[in-house]
Amino acid sequence: MNVFHFILQNHEQVLELTLEHLWMVGVSTVFAVLIGIPLGILSAHRPVWNKPVLGTANVIQTIPSLALFGFLLPLPWLGDRADRLAILALTLYALLPVIRNTYTGIRGVDPAVVEAGRGMGLTGSQLLFQVELPLALSVILSGVRVAVVVSVGLATIAAAIGAGGLGEFIFRGLAMVNNQLILAGAIPAAVLALSADFGLGWLERRLQPR
Amino acid sequence: MKPTATGSPAIAFRDVAYTLPGGQPLLSGLNLQIDRGETLVLLGRSGSGKTTTLKLINRLLIPSAGEVIVNGEPTAASDVIRLRRSIGYVIQEVGLFPHFSVERNIGLVPRIEGWPAERIQQRVDELLRMVGLESQIASRYPHQLSGGQRQRVGVARALAADPAILLMDEPFGALDALTRDQLQREFLALQRRLNKTVVFVTHDLREALRLGSRIALMEAGRLITVLSPDEFLQSREPLAAAYAQAFGESAASAANRGKS
Repeated sequence: MNVFHFILQNHEQVLELTLEHLWMVGVSTVFAVLIGIPLGILSAHRPVWNKPVLGTANVIQTIPSLALFGFLLPLPWLGDRADRLAILALTLYALLPVIRNTYTGIRGVDPAVVEAGRGMGLTGSQLLFQVELPLALSVILSGVRVAVVVSVGLATIAAAIGAGGLGEFIFRGLAMVNNQLILAGAIPAAVLALSADFGLGWLERRLQPR
Repeated sequence: MKPTATGSPAIAFRDVAYTLPGGQPLLSGLNLQIDRGETLVLLGRSGSGKTTTLKLINRLLIPSAGEVIVNGEPTAASDVIRLRRSIGYVIQEVGLFPHFSVERNIGLVPRIEGWPAERIQQRVDELLRMVGLESQIASRYPHQLSGGQRQRVGVARALAADPAILLMDEPFGALDALTRDQLQREFLALQRRLNKTVVFVTHDLREALRLGSRIALMEAGRLITVLSPDEFLQSREPLAAAYAQAFGESAASAANRGKS
């Protein structure tokens, strides 16, 4: 029985696990964007914050993912449900690319443009929302793209703490020494990662400032 | 053609100093009055404090000592956003917003000031005509324009909300000689019509003689002297004389052309 046959036969379960996977990646990406973009703006505007913010995000990135899932287990409320934990861990991992690209994008806006805007009497928030963020958008989006692609891969490990997702197949396949089962998890995950990469990449090019 | 001062000066510097946070002085002991309707040129080498002086006027910099008074009010006490919107600002790099069309660039201050769309539209058309650009350029983006066109749009944008004061920081410095000559000529014609108070930074004596009603010569963070173009060429002041000599005959002829 080949992999595709297996996937077709178990399409309901594949679909369910894919949706779980998407849910974890989607929610954690939204959190990472909501937290990461403001932190990126903060570190771009206030140089004192730059090192602590990027440093912390960097350190989080270096924690092995399996260990991070384990560390978070004893947390109250969050530890009650595995998918909450997985979403928290994925959010933490996704922060670095989002923060770093927001920072780079905003610092990369032509200083002459910012000065012209300030000189014309734009307020800080007008400058941010009408000039800096629009001009940094494609760079920020490329950070989000990296975060999503990495999260799709990482989320497979969430199955180790029982959070579900396509990792279920992979871990089960590993335990049963069944390559088809492993591929039944890995192929849909790869397809997810590639389509996210492609879709966000397209959006990114569309939003590129001229 | 030189307008005479009426009432209080448009801009006044009183014992102004500006020191960098690290303690390095960029400007010291500056006393200067700029009359309404005149074009005061700040002339000097790079690092002489011209741009610093300019940025003190729209409070992109705050004086470390002394005060800068714009329209009778010290800038330190005024609402900085109001102050900046009442002053047009043109810089060498132009600083057009690359993601906005020409129209939106020019109309930005009117738009955030809440003008009705129709009036903004009219104003943009009027300004494009005023700086010698065709109206179909309105929908283009900055990267589709030539250097000269971009600088014209920059001037139009600075004039959008009809400010009484215009600050220009080497606006024509990056242009080729022919375009620069043309824009200088147009600037003179425009200034005769609009009668703004203009503070113009340049390191080019020819430009200073041609455009200025008075020239403020700066060196190493100090104001050396303020002279009319005619006085400048006759001045015994060593730095002014050195400038005049360096530019030689061509400067003198430029001065004559500027007055014709």
